[in-house]
Amino acid sequence: MNLGLTLLRVFVFPGIIYTVFAAWFILWFDRKMTARMQNRIGPPFYQPFFDFIKLLAKDSQTQQSMEGKLMLGLPIMSVTALIGAATLLPVTASEQGFAGDLVLLVSLLEVPTICLVLAGFISKSIFGQVGATREAILSIAYNIPFLAGMVALASASGSLDLSKIVNSRPGVVGIAAFVSIIICLPAKLHINPFSLSNAEQEIYSGPLTEMSGAQLALWELSHGLEWVALSGLMAALFIPKTGIIGVDIILFLVGSILVSLLLIILSTGSARLKLGETVRLYWRWGTVFAGLVLIASMLWQL
Amino acid sequence: MKSPWLFHLNTGACNGCDIELLCCLTPRYDVEQLGIRLEGSPRHADILCVSGPVTRNTLDALQSVYSQIPDPKVVVAIGSCPASCNVFAGSPVVVGPLDRFLHVDVYVPGCPPRPDAIICGIVRATEILAEKVAQNIVVKESVA
Repeated sequence: MNLGLTLLRVFVFPGIIYTVFAAWFILWFDRKMTARMQNRIGPPFYQPFFDFIKLLAKDSQTQQSMEGKLMLGLPIMSVTALIGAATLLPVTASEQGFAGDLVLLVSLLEVPTICLVLAGFISKSIFGQVGATREAILSIAYNIPFLAGMVALASASGSLDLSKIVNSRPGVVGIAAFVSIIICLPAKLHINPFSLSNAEQEIYSGPLTEMSGAQLALWELSHGLEWVALSGLMAALFIPKTGIIGVDIILFLVGSILVSLLLIILSTGSARLKLGETVRLYWRWGTVFAGLVLIASMLWQL
Repeated sequence: MKSPWLFHLNTGACNGCDIELLCCLTPRYDVEQLGIRLEGSPRHADILCVSGPVTRNTLDALQSVYSQIPDPKVVVAIGSCPASCNVFAGSPVVVGPLDRFLHVDVYVPGCPPRPDAIICGIVRATEILAEKVAQNIVVKESVA
């Protein structure tokens, strides 16, 4: 891959410019669709962007201590990791990855969770600590089917290279991996019915209760980027490539929006589950899917 | 100011004004189209909505919540209670009205006020907030 194309990927699509604007778009899309489904009108199109600007203009009462610096440093790390993850997504068939970029992608997608847990504990608020504990427990539960789906895809195509995985046709393993990964997305995005960590009205805003101004703005952006990266992951991995760059990009965008819409419908139509119920659900049924997808990938290789 | 976020504090109100405030979020009034969001944490908020005459027990909470809202901030008194203590005036446990403790920017009178009146008051508060933001920027530049 030549240098110009790489720079284009990093800075324009699917890199920094695309992900940030797509994050604002998807935050608006989430609020608007939720509002429409509740028979409300919902916020105007530019709302998440104005929220971001307003929060940056606030006087945030940051301390000069280590905690104060970390409270700003953690969301920056989270945003950076998610932009990196979105940049790695194989959008077109011709994109050349590198060996092992699947491992890098999976670990980058895990960074925001760790940052959120740390931020909750650092804020020293009781709500932050409850939220952080829940987030940590939840991440142990939902990562089993998620990682099993990824491992199955890698072993069915015999490669840890994202572009090779995308171009192989894993058939039934692909379908099983799709199911196994998509059931983890609501928990990864902290939306209903798995909105335990930021359970509003119950523990205020969970780990973000003590965040204000720029810290909160970056966390909001990070949440939007999580939507972009995870819905983009589904679209990039599971929509077959046509080989024509323009068509592939359009299919990727449409796929991302469809996955988001599915998750928004789920979150609007459901109520929050308890921690015990959520964890039991993932350990019991999530592990069943994880087992099925791994067995399918083993049989596929025979 | 296009995205005012509210924090709602009940300082001993009878719950009438609180229900009317929550009415504003329902499909009939839907304040989210103005970018208004009800936040759970005072650190996220721009506008403090106070309902109720200030009682002795809630005074500490009121002052602590007010100090936790980052500047620039605006206070809206919802209902007749924070304005005048209403029917609770003279009670030994009521230490209000609200303007003995905080600078109140907008009063929304009524017992309880209609949701339309509350929305009108909050829109007025966002205008005041926008002026404060502009002043804040000017002050910062002159200090720099």
